[in-house]
Amino acid sequence: MIRVVLPAHLRALSGAGGEVTLEVPGAVTQGTVLDALERAYPTLRGTVRDHVTRKRRPFVRFFACGRDLSHEPSDAPLPESVAAGSEPYLIVGAIAGG
Amino acid sequence: MSGVRVLVGTRKGAFVLTSDGKRERWDVSGPHFPGWEVYHLKGSPADPSRIYAAPSSGWFGQTMHRSSDGGATWETIGNAFAYEGEAGTHQWYDGTLKPWEFKRVWHLEPSPDDPNLVYAGVEDAALFRTTDGGTTWQEMPGLRKQDSGPSWQPGAGGMCLHTILLDPAKGTPQFVAISAAGAFRSDDGGATWQPANRGLRSDFIPNPEAEVGHCVHRIARHPSRPDVLFMQKHWDVMRSDDRGASWHEVSGNLPTDFGFPIEVHAHEPETIYVVPITSDSHHFPPEGKLRVYRSRTGGNEWDALTAGLPQEDCYVNVLRDAMSVDALDPCGIYFGTTGGQVYASNDAGDSWNAIVRDLPAVLSVELQTLT
Repeated sequence: MIRVVLPAHLRALSGAGGEVTLEVPGAVTQGTVLDALERAYPTLRGTVRDHVTRKRRPFVRFFACGRDLSHEPSDAPLPESVAAGSEPYLIVGAIAGG
Repeated sequence: MSGVRVLVGTRKGAFVLTSDGKRERWDVSGPHFPGWEVYHLKGSPADPSRIYAAPSSGWFGQTMHRSSDGGATWETIGNAFAYEGEAGTHQWYDGTLKPWEFKRVWHLEPSPDDPNLVYAGVEDAALFRTTDGGTTWQEMPGLRKQDSGPSWQPGAGGMCLHTILLDPAKGTPQFVAISAAGAFRSDDGGATWQPANRGLRSDFIPNPEAEVGHCVHRIARHPSRPDVLFMQKHWDVMRSDDRGASWHEVSGNLPTDFGFPIEVHAHEPETIYVVPITSDSHHFPPEGKLRVYRSRTGGNEWDALTAGLPQEDCYVNVLRDAMSVDALDPCGIYFGTTGGQVYASNDAGDSWNAIVRDLPAVLSVELQTLT
């Protein structure tokens, strides 16, 4: 099972808790994890990735294992510890001050 | 027992304010969608329990929601707004061409007859509709593919379609307004569109009387007078008596004719309301006095309405979708400010009270008259 941590707005929108667990068939990549997330929680479609371009929204970041994976290709394998479920995959809203 | 429901969209969520027909005591519920920017929410005239809301976020994009119980609970509906066919390009600030790209919903206009039919005005400017209660949205591409489309360019607030007027007889789209392209009219239910800007003059464009390029802020009309339209333009309050074929200025004795909203009294088609704002560079009321101006003559002759409104040190703005009227008698009129106040008058503007004073900045105010 893949563990995914959602930001507060998306927890409220999806009705999910802070951390969700997902079955990801096949290769565990950012693309397949986000596909699985959107299948499990359809209300999140379009909120992490643009509906049309499928690109990450500019103020959303992806972290795991202390690394920023936001600019990694969507089909690159995620770290083994994320695939094994020992580390979570974090979806983070960029901070904004003011 | 009659009553009203005031639907308030703010920078940090939506609020629902309800009262009986006296409109003196209010219940406040919210925030709904806390933390989300709610540019607009609006109820279905065909089923007042059905309300559509368009919360968006700079982080997470557009979401769409529907209530079937008057705003007590909400369900998430479809949020995919894909332009029809080739997206095409429009003008950008730096003189280059930029592909059309969906950013957010600015305005929702539910059908008068069918609670599942809703029109949506979006940024980058286009008109969408749903016929299934919001599950799916389809573009009505005739507007964006109108001949002038590639020449449109955004105002400072984005290239937004913010005003949709439905044909009072048919319930189909008849007028839209886009900043900063102008007004457009359709005579075939929204399939094809023509610019409707003759008579407008905008000194901030190279040809001040160009066919398109005007920053129209809002258009309003009374349903009993389909040929008569009122417009608050970037500068100038305008009137058309020929269904948008031509416009003439009715700013008259206003202290400034810059502003955003314009509204028509529910029972007096020649009684209109505006909120003068100092200028395009000073988005606050002149002299620090928050004044609604009312004309009972369809323009030109205006009276300041001040009772109950702050008359010193007031520097809020009132945005284009943030004023609305109810259908009770006497007519109630309401507006929200960027300072978080929602003011209500239950006597057609003669006197005002703040329903709430400390909401987030108000983006939109819509009324439902309940019977």
